[in-house]
Amino acid sequence: MNKKWIVLGTVVAVVVAFAAGVTVFTSRSNQEVKQAVQTNSDALVRPHSPIFGNPAARVTIVEFLDPSCETCRAFYPIVKRMVNASFGQVRLVVRYAPLHQGSDTAVKILEAARLQGKYWEALERAMATQPQWAAHDRPQPEILWDLIGDIGLDTAKAKADANGPAIDQLLRQDVADMQALKVNRTPGFFVNGTPLREFGEAQLKALVDQEMKKVGSP
Amino acid sequence: MSEERAAALNGKGRNAMFWTPLFLAWLIALLATSGALFLGEVMGKTPCMLCWYQRIAMFPLVLVLGVGLFTSDVRSARYALPLAGVGWGVAAYHLLVFWGVVSERLVPCGQGSSCADADVQVAGVVPIPLLSLAAFTGILVALCVARGMARGSARGEEA
Repeated sequence: MNKKWIVLGTVVAVVVAFAAGVTVFTSRSNQEVKQAVQTNSDALVRPHSPIFGNPAARVTIVEFLDPSCETCRAFYPIVKRMVNASFGQVRLVVRYAPLHQGSDTAVKILEAARLQGKYWEALERAMATQPQWAAHDRPQPEILWDLIGDIGLDTAKAKADANGPAIDQLLRQDVADMQALKVNRTPGFFVNGTPLREFGEAQLKALVDQEMKKVGSP
Repeated sequence: MSEERAAALNGKGRNAMFWTPLFLAWLIALLATSGALFLGEVMGKTPCMLCWYQRIAMFPLVLVLGVGLFTSDVRSARYALPLAGVGWGVAAYHLLVFWGVVSERLVPCGQGSSCADADVQVAGVVPIPLLSLAAFTGILVALCVARGMARGSARGEEA
């Protein structure tokens, strides 16, 4: 009888220690991310980044996005709806976190479309067709050119732009900022500089509401 | 076989000496399991292929030995030994890969994290496969001691 209590007591002790470790670790890493944001506040939004919604909105959602990431694909309509439902109070700034193989090529294609004013069409098409071109074991970002063929791009110009130095520089800057801000999973959200730590749709909405209250109602 | 001896082998004997080493083996497995879960689920390190095989050997030990402790059944050591042995082998192989003795090309590492990665370290110093090997070694030794003690006490009661 006594021995059973030793076993149970040990299990309880280890579970408690585990939970304590989780609390310590998460609060420490939250602190690290907060600090990274504070010391690199200019890394959140760069003038080169695509903006969805009212550019003068008082609440800014920064999303570090990987075009090959399934969760980014699932979140895209959610974030878009949040911006559209905010009556110009919320805007989305898209940053890139090309964590998968082939994502960098996809980003370059999207940015080339942006130079011709077709960015959101291209992004939505890329998200919709993600299962076709972004299989993680065999990514084929080049077929994106065909998949976005009908949005009205000057493909020859776009292909030249995609391999040009301007887009390459933009991508490098985004990757550097992603590392500075300790974004290692996508989508990585920041709302007015506050990182979304516990991931989820409801959590993102709560964070946006919280930041909305902070800046005051119109 | 006398009833007494059978009882002693099952560990129902009065002086179940083997319980302490059995408990130690279980405790090591419990700590290793929670440590692996902490590294993977909390710290977000993706387990590599070889890590998974070690987990497959380590996690059941907590349950098998836990039931053995609850019923004071030394035979649980017999069921745990193959798991611990296989885990020990995989951990030793993993350590060789980590130290570069064995080329990683031979290892079935798919995409994701590499088994020879420097990220396979705790606090940047101790390689995780070394911890794993130490844990499996401790479990094996403790299990053998437990079995030895059970045999010893069985013989003692017979005499």
